[in-house]
Amino acid sequence: MSGGEARAILRRGLLTWAGLLLLLLATLALAYVPMGWLNLPVGLAIAAAKALLVALVFMDLRRRDLLLRLAAGASLLWIGFLFLLTFADLLSRP
Amino acid sequence: MSGDVAAALREPWDSLRRQREAAEFGVWIFLGSEALLFAGLLLAFAVNRTLHPAGFAASGRETDIVFGTVNTLVLLTSSLAMAVGSEAARAGLRRLALRALATVLLLGLTFLVLKGFEWAKDLREQLWPGAGFRLAEPGARLFFGLYWTMTALHALHLAGGLAVVGWLSWQGWRGTRPLGSPAFQVAALYWHLVDVVWILLYPLLYLGGRA
Repeated sequence: MSGGEARAILRRGLLTWAGLLLLLLATLALAYVPMGWLNLPVGLAIAAAKALLVALVFMDLRRRDLLLRLAAGASLLWIGFLFLLTFADLLSRP
Repeated sequence: MSGDVAAALREPWDSLRRQREAAEFGVWIFLGSEALLFAGLLLAFAVNRTLHPAGFAASGRETDIVFGTVNTLVLLTSSLAMAVGSEAARAGLRRLALRALATVLLLGLTFLVLKGFEWAKDLREQLWPGAGFRLAEPGARLFFGLYWTMTALHALHLAGGLAVVGWLSWQGWRGTRPLGSPAFQVAALYWHLVDVVWILLYPLLYLGGRA
């Protein structure tokens, strides 16, 4: 019930939030820089970095047990198959 | 404190730690099914963007960058408040937890109100892909079909999150639910997933075709 604990919770949250804010500003600014086909991958990479920050810090995946990481990782695996198989068809059509 | 643990403990678990693990595992499975639901829509977006790059770039320029960016900021901040609320509830810091949860409710409502104004503006600008749709590029209708579907589905999830967080906050405030209850962490996980979905929608719907 100490004020120190509350401060530690707030500090960790605010640091993560500051990181998310910087990434948001970066992705907004870079969206207006002409980079050709690179604009989308850059935007998605920054979005992935933001999602990773939220998952690791806010969703506590950095210190959770293997079971929860496995459950989170399994959905990514199936989504990976979904995209892989669909694009394997789409991009290999004559 | 032990009275608090006893009040939070439910059948069939014999410790709050096991109950918390089971609750979080259960919600992660649910989040996996949610992720696959949104992934289906993202896949449809990716495929159609590949087929109609020019139409999607032209459409990306038509969405409102100010509403989109401000709402991203609002949602990222709501995730901060949710993380603080969840951790404070677990640590038994009642005042901090309730204030943080109230902030989540306020920011969630702000997001929905701003989204409402944005949708009204989209309708005025004839961006509903029906009769009188303004854009002529091939693929533009597909972009806006997905824009309305994905933002509406996301808003529905956010409204559901608001109901859950509002209900838990009310119980926490009244004292009918002990702060040690794993429900606060479970609600937080769901809220963060809804935030992550928006994080992915933002570059796709708002940043395309700006350069």
